[in-house]
Amino acid sequence: MVRYSFKRLKDRFERIHISLVQNLAKAISHPYIPNSEFKTKQSMLKELRIENIDELYLDVPNQYRLKRRLDLPRTKSESEVKHHIESILKKNTTNQDMPVFLGAGCWPHYVPAVVENIIQRTELLTAYTPYQPEISQGVLQLLFEYQSLICELTGMDVANSSLYDWASALGEAARMANRLTGRQEILIPQIIHPERYATLTTYMEPVEIRAEKVKYEKDTGLFDLQSLEDKVSDKTAAVYVENPSYLGFIESQGEEIANVAHDHGALFIVGVDPISLGILKPPGDYGADIVIGEGQPLGNHMNFGGPLLGIFACSGEIAMIRQLPGRVIGMTTTQDGDNRGYCMVLQTREQHIRRHKATSNICSNESLCAAASAVYMALLGPSGLRDLGETITLRSHYAMKRLSEIEGITTPIFQSSHFKEFTVNFEERGVQEVHNKLLEHNVHGGKDISTEFPEFGRTGLYCVTETHSKKDIDNLAEALEEILKEGGV
Amino acid sequence: MKDFKQARWNEPVIFELGRQGRRGFIVPKVEGLIKECVGDIGTLLPEKMVRKSSPELPELSEVEVVRHFTRLSQMNYCVDLGLYPLGSCTMKYNPKIDDLLAHQPSLTQLHPYQDEKTIQGILEILYVLGKWLAEITGTFEVSLQPAAGAHGELLGALIMRAFHKLNGGLSERTQLIVPDSAHGTNPASATMAGFDVVIVPSDKNGCININALREVVSGKTAGLMLTNPNTLGIFEENIEEIAEVIHEAGGLLYYDGANLNAILGKARPGDMGFDIVHINIHKTFGTPHGGGGPGAGPVGVSQQLESFLPIPRVVFDGIDYHLDYDKPHTIGKVKSFYGNIGVLLRAYAYILSLGSEGLKTAAEISVLNANYLLKKIAEIGAYDLPYDTERVRKHECVFSVKGLKQETGVTALNVSKRLLDYGIHAPTAYFPLIVEEALMIEPTESFKKEELDRFVEAMRRVAEEAKATPETVLKAPMNTAVTRLDEVKASHPKTMILSWKMHQKRKKASR
Ligand SMILES: Cc1ncc(COP(=O)(O)O)c(C=O)c1O
Repeated sequence: MVRYSFKRLKDRFERIHISLVQNLAKAISHPYIPNSEFKTKQSMLKELRIENIDELYLDVPNQYRLKRRLDLPRTKSESEVKHHIESILKKNTTNQDMPVFLGAGCWPHYVPAVVENIIQRTELLTAYTPYQPEISQGVLQLLFEYQSLICELTGMDVANSSLYDWASALGEAARMANRLTGRQEILIPQIIHPERYATLTTYMEPVEIRAEKVKYEKDTGLFDLQSLEDKVSDKTAAVYVENPSYLGFIESQGEEIANVAHDHGALFIVGVDPISLGILKPPGDYGADIVIGEGQPLGNHMNFGGPLLGIFACSGEIAMIRQLPGRVIGMTTTQDGDNRGYCMVLQTREQHIRRHKATSNICSNESLCAAASAVYMALLGPSGLRDLGETITLRSHYAMKRLSEIEGITTPIFQSSHFKEFTVNFEERGVQEVHNKLLEHNVHGGKDISTEFPEFGRTGLYCVTETHSKKDIDNLAEALEEILKEGGV
Repeated sequence: MKDFKQARWNEPVIFELGRQGRRGFIVPKVEGLIKECVGDIGTLLPEKMVRKSSPELPELSEVEVVRHFTRLSQMNYCVDLGLYPLGSCTMKYNPKIDDLLAHQPSLTQLHPYQDEKTIQGILEILYVLGKWLAEITGTFEVSLQPAAGAHGELLGALIMRAFHKLNGGLSERTQLIVPDSAHGTNPASATMAGFDVVIVPSDKNGCININALREVVSGKTAGLMLTNPNTLGIFEENIEEIAEVIHEAGGLLYYDGANLNAILGKARPGDMGFDIVHINIHKTFGTPHGGGGPGAGPVGVSQQLESFLPIPRVVFDGIDYHLDYDKPHTIGKVKSFYGNIGVLLRAYAYILSLGSEGLKTAAEISVLNANYLLKKIAEIGAYDLPYDTERVRKHECVFSVKGLKQETGVTALNVSKRLLDYGIHAPTAYFPLIVEEALMIEPTESFKKEELDRFVEAMRRVAEEAKATPETVLKAPMNTAVTRLDEVKASHPKTMILSWKMHQKRKKASR
């Protein structure tokens, strides 16, 4: 029997212990975490005169220290991560596998390679909010250009550098109108996207702003001006319309509505799909005080509905500007006056300075999406946006025409001009049933709106953009023809 | 210290570039047959709604567009260039694989209203991510809908509202308590959700003054918003008592997750008694900040609050994933659709890459790095460490330039600007408000010791310069794309320029 002295035993254990610790430490040195490498870590611990990192957590009361491993997967290699996620994403079917005719607040548009390339540049991608303007001129000038391009497109004087999306921009617009007028009511169209409406009420409820819905004209879907006259009063903070509307028709009475609003001391807010503004009149030309909208079509992918880009622009009166929510970038000069430069401005409106009296709580916004939109607008220019608007108009009208020739379909349900989106009524047949059969034809139909708007019967909302070819539209028409001929279940 | 000089291109505004007739992009032509079929565009749009004059956008070739924006990008500092110790912002490394995965067409080309049969992949990712975030935060259920931290705060405050409303107490419970060290979004979110803000002071240790808290708590209390570790980087040791005080008064406890990075896998807000927790995905889970956004701000809640979460919720029936809108107590929606999915997918990849051990290591090394910096910067002797100097910090530490200012006239702002000259992004300055001339430093786990040492060296040099040649510090920065900007002029109503259009108008008026 070999007899070890106690000392030797102890030494031996210590050696084993150290090598165990070292191996363990090696195992957890992670590529993203340079100082997890054993020797560096030990030297830093030594510098702090402690033996292990847990000593830095002694101030966390014992009962709250997690005594187990988080129930999450174990560390994976990059190739495993890639394989794992790609194999899950493969279960999706996208508009590259089948034509998809969905819009309703998130739209398929082509994103030019230049846009993708620029916003993937790491200098823009991995930068924070430009709190130190001198070293962040790139992002600042880009966002100033975004604001300026949005102003040109919408016909407004001032724009902020983004909000989360159209829906939350609507909420912010209602609250801004409330602050400016001290009034508690906003008039909105009855035909409005249900998600925008839901978000609006979320933003208004805490400060007791009410939304009143203005009726639409039965034949055209347009604002019923009589209903507007009936509802508007000196309690109205703002009148809100959308152009194109949720159901794709163009609200052509902008000026009349603006006049009614202004006659009663209310603001006029217009929500837009900016891709229409290459050919449609900008809201600034028909009296808008605030323009909001969804910037996603301008160079941002759909990404299953997010991130999006909330556009927020307004007229140039100082009272309006002081109530703007969100970050605004301004052009200035260096202190010596020698050079141009850019920085965040009017920060006394914002939460980090004004705190509970701020015009909004927004901090992180959608800058990179705004950057994508700036590149997109610069690339397309006035002629590109006009061509695109025409292409979308022609293609969507072609689709309406083709579908309206099919027995059992009425499209659109309103006798109005449409842009990009339109209603398709299936008369006898359920929208879901038609939708399921379309999927069998490898075509994804529009959005079923028969439960949100029962008054329109069995109706779907279809969207056609420049990404839908004539062949896609013909395929849709042929499939529908076949499905409707087959008869119901 | 190595010299640093940022690129400077003197790049014109995009409106000053280009020339009439140039094109950057060709829109696909409409097939001739379509035109034949629908006729002229003029007949399809209402006359009075047709745009009369083109928007005054610049006309550029593709090449010019690329050059312009590439030049702009070169005048921007970023995480991939070096240390970015912005306190509270957790400027960690953004893994490249996460970006690559977020650009797969199987994600980018998905429409949110597609048939559930065709979106099982993304729903699975969202469902699992929600479960992981619940496990990490110790909450019962997570909503992925909010677009950022502040948006999560708004949602959280609205959940408090809904909770008190359901219990019949909303008319009395009008106050939301916020510490004086809180981030500005906390009080701003509270106001947006219709609450009155009550400020509770910090004690001499930089933590919530528990006696003061007891005094302001009452039947009017809807809840308390707290960051833990707090904005000084100090762990609120009395969290058990704080939770007790709030809960006994019938209020709810809200966790601002901006500092979650410090405790990943080490402790969980849910276990500490927090009822509502937001997560800044773009901080803790390494997704790129994009020059200000997009981020994502999921919110986790305890079981009793689950029914108030926004709709829809991703649910799993054992076979398939679904979007569930049938939640009668829901607060509704805070935005369209389901959240910033492109950002959330990156977070999923991030968690998978690190795993449970890696997340814990991230937390530990972020804390090690912060305490290392704390010790080294304190040793310089020029910057004061307010509050308990013996106490460890978590992932960040806050110094004060007050002493140096008294001695030399150099402020926290000047120190920040001078650091830029050394090619290092400045810390967060003047926050939290309870520290005069504050510099809030958060190294994160992503920077190697040598870089931390370089930062310390830069801080030492700036202090020396402040004493020897204060002008160098006062007129900094000199090595950035532009020198100090006139921010007063930028915000003055008479001189501010918020768009190119405004610039043109001012120019005209001054002629
Ligand atoms: C402590 C704290 N809370 C809240 C926020 C707001 O988060 P977000 O910018 O994601 O809206 C921040 C971000 O700067 C923060 O530092």
